Amino acid sequence: MNFPSQTAHVNPWSAAAMIACVVLCSTTGEVLTAAAMKSLGDLDEIRAQSGLKGAIRAVLTCPLFFAGVSFLALAFFSLLFALNHLNLSLVAPASASLTLVTNAIAGKIFLKENVDRRRWTAAVLVCIGVYFLAH
Amino acid sequence: MILGLVAVCAPLGDSCLSRGMTGLPAISLSHPATLIAAVFTPWVAGGIALLIGFFASYLTALSWADLTFVLPATAFGNVIVALLSRFWLHEPISLERWAGIILITLGVGFVAQGPSLTERPQKPVDENAAIDGSGDASHVIDAPAREEWPGQAEQAADLETAAMDDLAQEQPR
Repeated sequence: MNFPSQTAHVNPWSAAAMIACVVLCSTTGEVLTAAAMKSLGDLDEIRAQSGLKGAIRAVLTCPLFFAGVSFLALAFFSLLFALNHLNLSLVAPASASLTLVTNAIAGKIFLKENVDRRRWTAAVLVCIGVYFLAH
Repeated sequence: MILGLVAVCAPLGDSCLSRGMTGLPAISLSHPATLIAAVFTPWVAGGIALLIGFFASYLTALSWADLTFVLPATAFGNVIVALLSRFWLHEPISLERWAGIILITLGVGFVAQGPSLTERPQKPVDENAAIDGSGDASHVIDAPAREEWPGQAEQAADLETAAMDDLAQEQPR
């Protein structure tokens, strides 16, 4: 069973815009979700104390979590739209890798995570990888 | 195990979504409702079920590790995506794309070699975390963690007093 290659029929700028939309929504959603989970604490410990329902209640009563999920849902529908026009082997690695880089930047700025030289090197390697991937 | 679920469920879910979406006619921005209808097709629904499993594992991992540590686990799934795309969806993958995927994997390896949690100089809790299991992020649920900053209670009391004063000044208006 062969599926047609769709990427060749799409304008490169349109492809970049689709991927950028996925990356921006995804980064915002993941940073908000990470902030929400950090504010809650260790879910395993909450589950040990309050049971599974308590853990689910703790997550579902966190406003930051819903803000994050809203952006992740937006990213998901952007991904569906992109997959309808582009190949999975381009969209999935490109969006995932760029999201890794933007998350490293957002994690340093907003979550105050320690993004050291090793992590920046990784970001550069991933950027080169994405260039080859989209070339 | 949780990070393994994150790495496996995400690419499997993406592959199901791709298979479902490529089987549909092209969707334009002028008809966004067709995207909603696409959710109920079998392959896309299966992909969503897998991605729900991924999200539950992902949330659990985020509660005890940095975002920049959890993400490499999902990024490693790119290799799985490439293999699935090549052998299951029969999509063409050029040598350059393979090189890109290898470079991304190297980058992910760099990140994974670092510490999983951000080092907080004011709060060296590595040994304490192993004992009480509270980890680095116990701000809301774990009440005893608040005792680590005795000044915090005084600051809160001062703020509360200031707020009451403000209220008292505003009330006559």
